[in-house]
Amino acid sequence: MSATGTKSTKKTVHEILEDPDFTSLVTKKNTISIILTILELVLYFGFVGLIAYNKPFLAQKMSEGSATSIGIPIAVLTIVFSWVLTAIYIFWANSSYDSEVKKVKDKIIGG
Amino acid sequence: MPQAPQAAQAAQTMIGQANPTAIMFFVAFVVSTLMITWWAAKRTRTTKDFYAAGRSVTGFQNGLALAGDYMSAASFLGIAGLVSTKGYDGLIYSVGWLVGWPIIMFLISEPLRNLGKYTFADVVSYRLNQRPIRAAAAAGSLVVVITYLIAQMVGAGTLIKLMFGIPFEVAIVVTGTLMISYVLFGGMIATTWVQIIKACLLLGGATVLVLLTLNKFNFSYGNLFHQAEDLYTSKFLEPGGLVTNPIDAFSLGLALMFGTAGLPHILMRFFTVPDVKAARKSVFYATGFIGYFYILTVTIGFGAAVLVGQKVIMGIDKGGNMAGPLLAEALGGNLFLGFLSAVAFATILAVVSGLTLAGASAFSHDLFVGVIRRGQASEKDEVKVAKIATVGLGFTAILLGILFKGQNVAFLVGLTFAIAASANFPALVMSIMWKKFTTAGAYLSIYTGLTVATVLLILSPTVWVDIVHKSEKEAVEKAVKAIEDPMKAKITALEKEKVPGLDAAKVAEINAAIAAEKSAAEPLVKAEKEKMPQPIFPLKNPGIYSMFAAFLVGILISLIAPDREAEKKFDSEKLREYIGIGAED
Repeated sequence: MSATGTKSTKKTVHEILEDPDFTSLVTKKNTISIILTILELVLYFGFVGLIAYNKPFLAQKMSEGSATSIGIPIAVLTIVFSWVLTAIYIFWANSSYDSEVKKVKDKIIGG
Repeated sequence: MPQAPQAAQAAQTMIGQANPTAIMFFVAFVVSTLMITWWAAKRTRTTKDFYAAGRSVTGFQNGLALAGDYMSAASFLGIAGLVSTKGYDGLIYSVGWLVGWPIIMFLISEPLRNLGKYTFADVVSYRLNQRPIRAAAAAGSLVVVITYLIAQMVGAGTLIKLMFGIPFEVAIVVTGTLMISYVLFGGMIATTWVQIIKACLLLGGATVLVLLTLNKFNFSYGNLFHQAEDLYTSKFLEPGGLVTNPIDAFSLGLALMFGTAGLPHILMRFFTVPDVKAARKSVFYATGFIGYFYILTVTIGFGAAVLVGQKVIMGIDKGGNMAGPLLAEALGGNLFLGFLSAVAFATILAVVSGLTLAGASAFSHDLFVGVIRRGQASEKDEVKVAKIATVGLGFTAILLGILFKGQNVAFLVGLTFAIAASANFPALVMSIMWKKFTTAGAYLSIYTGLTVATVLLILSPTVWVDIVHKSEKEAVEKAVKAIEDPMKAKITALEKEKVPGLDAAKVAEINAAIAAEKSAAEPLVKAEKEKMPQPIFPLKNPGIYSMFAAFLVGILISLIAPDREAEKKFDSEKLREYIGIGAED
């Protein structure tokens, strides 16, 4: 992130771009981002799909004698799972992505 | 056992009267935020300070500030109101408001932080031709900011009038003046702290209200829903009539989801943190706070329906907007009502401040520096123009707010999200992810999204029927009522003749007479209904078409006329995007 980094990159920008560490980092990050995005889309549009095409399913009662319809926890869980997906991303990024970024960055600044 | 709504018996409310507690709390908020602004003003010298708070905001602070920017009074009072009057259908909305945040995290937040400086146009124009992109992106941003500002201002005037009893125009002028002061003197530093304080007050206030509510139900949601069912039947807890057309539902969902990821005042916040780590952290916190807030709001809505009662809620405001404040009054008395009213006012103020700052940035950073000065302007000039733009936008917002008094502005929120999802989001995401994206592809995609979303919304039932042909629509409804009312009266009279013990022949005669009344009215009603103005575009939400059009145009134009230069630059963009080499610090 420093100005010196920019300078020394110029010489090696192509080497870095072809560096297996960098390409695998890019692939991994894109894969994770796209998988999580698809999961979120399935989660939300699955919920919208139920509302649009299967209202009776959502209207079922949770159990005998309960007033709560299944749709209520499903809606709340859609919110909660969306948050859990962001937690999964954070966990991956903090534990694996950041260290790989540092590795590639050290190569550039060191080289 | 149905429990009679408590406040319905009391039926007395302080809402709509000058409430000294509310005013006291509000004055405390204003004084403390103005002190922060004064403190921030001394720290606001450079463009980096003014637009991005010196990039010194932590992940947690930015998470709160993002939540503050996003949780508007409309969503606090509006969703609670929607749930209290429509039940489950209100819950559907609250889910839609949240689901854009993970998308921001996975696709946008980190590249935005690494590639951009002050506005999302920095990112779109990173390896493309600056001027046309900045002009287009500024147009997208400013339209979103102004439509959202009008919606917020009109909402503010109405709500403040309802809660404090001050006239609409005074409320708007007070809101506008305070908003200008925060942004003008304190820039992003003051705006961020206003958001943080407001987010804490709103989350805290809503939490207390939910605890007081659940206390009435032995802290059991099961009990709450039981009583809701007893009062309003089990239909209240099931999806109802809000979503009838599946395509419309998907279209609304798309606009809410991707519109969130295209709101300039939200995107701008990612430039206030020091690095990508803080950027992603802030989305995680923001998603948690916002999700928690919507769960609270929905609980408040159901609680108000049971403890206050729909009749009382709708008696004060047809849209149900006062459900939250009424519940607060019923459970915490005048003191709590005053506190919550002040929090709602603070909420409105914070949201419009964030919007104004985003609009001022688009104006000065993109239009003035990028387009007019071709990237050549001193920091001093840029800050000066940003400040002039702040005042200009502030006065525009006050003026438009007063001009739109009493108008139905609900469609403006839909328009804001449709445009953000169609004009801003596609260009942003394609510039980040797609090597072959070109300058022409980018600006044509933005203009396409902007135009298609706006035109389709004007031709949709929400504007074409409800606003443009309002008088025809009402005439038809009146005519239908004129036919149906006497018919219904006759039928009721006939029903009354069916006293117990009446012989079967007589009952059959009455039933035949009822059927005759119905069939006589039916063709008349049908004929009247045929005169109903028809929308030119059938969906209420244009998002599905306008987003598709924006992506299609962006992709086609980029493929037809490739830009080798931009493709080459994508490599160095990748270095900066993924590992932050050369990112602004």
